[in-house]
Amino acid sequence: MSHWYMLTLVGKDRPGIVAHVSAALFDGGCNLGEASMMRLGGNFTIMLMVQFDGSTRGLDNLLEPVADSMGLHRHIDRIDADLHHHQEPDVRITVYGADRAGIVSRITGGLAEAGLHILDMETSVAGTEEKPIYIMQIEGHATEGVEALQSALEIVVQDGVEAQLETIETLIG
Amino acid sequence: MAVLEILTYPDEQLKQESAPVEQVDDALRSFIADLEETMDTGPGGVGIAAPQVGCFQRIIIVDCSKTRKPVPNHGRLFLINPEISDWEGMAVGREGCMSVPDYTGNVIRAESLTLKALDIDGKEQEFHCQGFEARAIQHEMDHLDGMLFLERLVSRRNDLFKRKVYQKKK
Repeated sequence: MSHWYMLTLVGKDRPGIVAHVSAALFDGGCNLGEASMMRLGGNFTIMLMVQFDGSTRGLDNLLEPVADSMGLHRHIDRIDADLHHHQEPDVRITVYGADRAGIVSRITGGLAEAGLHILDMETSVAGTEEKPIYIMQIEGHATEGVEALQSALEIVVQDGVEAQLETIETLIG
Repeated sequence: MAVLEILTYPDEQLKQESAPVEQVDDALRSFIADLEETMDTGPGGVGIAAPQVGCFQRIIIVDCSKTRKPVPNHGRLFLINPEISDWEGMAVGREGCMSVPDYTGNVIRAESLTLKALDIDGKEQEFHCQGFEARAIQHEMDHLDGMLFLERLVSRRNDLFKRKVYQKKK
């Protein structure tokens, strides 16, 4: 029986990690699903859907040599996977400003109360060490309408932080 | 009238270039009626191109009059042998395609364009289209050249300060 697993790998970034890991998985009879790899603070991070015929332990054994050789921590969860049912976002919120603690919590808190279901989020710290800036991009589904989110956003945005909300109209042609 | 089958990628036929329409007659109008019905039956399509149903002639239909948020549009457009004579600006927008189910991605398109095409009576017409409607026309016209939006994808991420920042070089 084939199962879906969520594989998480984290470690110091270097070239060739994806190639080595995917080769080991392919050679071990795995099939890959959706994946998201990002560099976060100089770390390599990936979450990867893996379809595998064996157990969690079997997959772990398969990964051990390549993960150890590349200095990666690994974590494996057996999951219920749902391919071919993407949810389309209908709203995008962009926030940026001088970095300080609490921006994400304040803004996403207000938006969640106004019905935002976040489907995709990416944040980054840019600028310099002396003057860091925080940048956040969120795409999601406005379950209670876009107007509710706009009102909520106006309330939670503080001085020195810019936030804008735009609707996403996906063209299906 | 009939609902036609929509080709889906990786069907190689979607890569085929379509030929100009030589004659606008009743047979063609009958096909266009079927194409229209197919578009209206599809999942939320604002446009359709003849090659999507396996007819390799330069015909598209676009209708941006029913978007969630109203956009400037010319109603339902039947465009035969469409040609873009001028365009301006570039913008990123999200697109999907009836021929590529369950995937959407960001694509850069011209913001506005001037278009010449024949109507269903074979009469030449000219339109100036902008924004979402211009995007829909470009998406459908790509099908006539055997191209899918997948070939034009740009990153989902890092499109922060996008829109209206590109200008066509004069």
